[in-house]
Amino acid sequence: MYNATVARLTYRALLGRKRAALLFALPLLLLVISVAVRLLAGADDGTTGDLLGGFALATMVPLIGVIAGTGAIAPEIDDGSIVYLLSKPVRRSVVILTKLLVAMGVSVFFSAIPTFFAGLILDGNSRHLAVAYGVAAAVASLAYSAIFLLLGVVTRHAVVAGLVYALVWESLIGSLVPGARTLSVQQWALASASHIADGGAISAQVGLPVAIVLLVVVTLGATWGAAGKLRRLTLAGEE
Amino acid sequence: MSSEPALRDGSRDDSRIHDIGYRHYDGERLGRASIRRALFSQSLRGAYGLGRSGRSKVLPMILFAVMCLPAAIIDAVTVYVHLTKLPVEYTRYAIYLQAVIGLYLAAQAPQSVSRDLRFKTVPLYFSRPMERVDYVLAKFGAMAAALFVLTATPLVVLYVGALLAKLSFGTQTAGFGKGLLAAALLSLVLAGIGLVLAAATPRRGFGVAAVIAVLTISYAAVSSVEAIAYSRGNTGAIGWLGLFSPITLIDGVQSWWLGAHSAAVGGYGPPGVVAGIVYLLVALGLIGGSFALLMRRYRKVGLG
Repeated sequence: MYNATVARLTYRALLGRKRAALLFALPLLLLVISVAVRLLAGADDGTTGDLLGGFALATMVPLIGVIAGTGAIAPEIDDGSIVYLLSKPVRRSVVILTKLLVAMGVSVFFSAIPTFFAGLILDGNSRHLAVAYGVAAAVASLAYSAIFLLLGVVTRHAVVAGLVYALVWESLIGSLVPGARTLSVQQWALASASHIADGGAISAQVGLPVAIVLLVVVTLGATWGAAGKLRRLTLAGEE
Repeated sequence: MSSEPALRDGSRDDSRIHDIGYRHYDGERLGRASIRRALFSQSLRGAYGLGRSGRSKVLPMILFAVMCLPAAIIDAVTVYVHLTKLPVEYTRYAIYLQAVIGLYLAAQAPQSVSRDLRFKTVPLYFSRPMERVDYVLAKFGAMAAALFVLTATPLVVLYVGALLAKLSFGTQTAGFGKGLLAAALLSLVLAGIGLVLAAATPRRGFGVAAVIAVLTISYAAVSSVEAIAYSRGNTGAIGWLGLFSPITLIDGVQSWWLGAHSAAVGGYGPPGVVAGIVYLLVALGLIGGSFALLMRRYRKVGLG
């Protein structure tokens, strides 16, 4: 189920010069802002919630998910070099699973760990906020990686489609239509966070059991969909 | 431009059509200005998918429609409910719909420059009688014009609706003029940022991610910190924090210069004249700086 060579190639594609610069810059910015806020405003639970919920979980995690999830496969399909990979005697579901695991590892590393440290910097894990948001970021990263990997296989405009989901659906529609919040990776992650943090520190729109079921269904469904699509992949020419 | 009269005299110094013996060309040679115009109009059309495949029209046209739709709805409400003024300021409209503008820029800026880099067509452009500055001017101008079409069209819709609702002509015209000015500034700033990021890479997907990351991350960071400053009662700092993201920068410029109400938390725009001038200078500096960076980027575009 895991091919070391495919994994190595994917790591190198994901952590190539420019992509890595973006992947490092986002968490670094979060940490810099956290330090600045701590120095200027002091430790405060409300501030920590605002910054980790509003900035880290709502903006940074989806973006890292888009970069890692689509970056794991979309460029190869785009420039056609995927044919060299597909012509090797490696099952296509193994290719997808390996790339998914790498994307998940990279996005958890670049989103959950910085979120946890930002929480520590902001108020030293008071009311378990740092751990809660760290876990939420990790959970969200897993689901985002699977969704955006699927998008990367399905459409040539994977990055744009992923951004439309992350920005328009989760922020805009989610804030206008209450029902849309149930179908949001961010809210599912928040549900797990609210369970870990001390009572009432984090509020979520969905209950924990629903959130876990939806997370698992979406992650597995996206993976299965991506493997199925890669099995029947046809390479389109340049438009 | 200066070479055009010389061309009409029959001078061949500007011609690069290589005579390799197939067929003679003795028509008029159009010079640099014409090339620049052609590249500008092709890039502008390309930014809306015109003259390209149907699939590449889908996204820009949808975003354009999404941009105009709220303005039409606001018009309808204003006319039927007999409001005495528009519920949205002209200058605030682009701020509300910044996500749409950001997506458009992220999708179309790499479209405009990354493909030339990826398919190595840039050296072909420069084998014609055109200079680096022509290419940069045409691409920059086209992207800014495309963004201006995107941001100014809904303002026109709003303005027409306001006049149909028989709102005060003077007030509406003044507000509309300010809105257009702000839209032009926004277009130039965003076009510069988008093109600099997109021209850094031949990968389209990466360019898209980089543009959107810079726009949304800077905005999210600035508004989180602003909200924290607001809750700590530090309202003076809010006015300065806006300098750190493109949209809040434009918001600061228009709230100081054009008398718009700031969209920052609590409506705290730049505090005082000095801050206002700093905002304007930073905005102009961004435009000039991105032009200079683009010029630097294309100083060496080899086949490598």
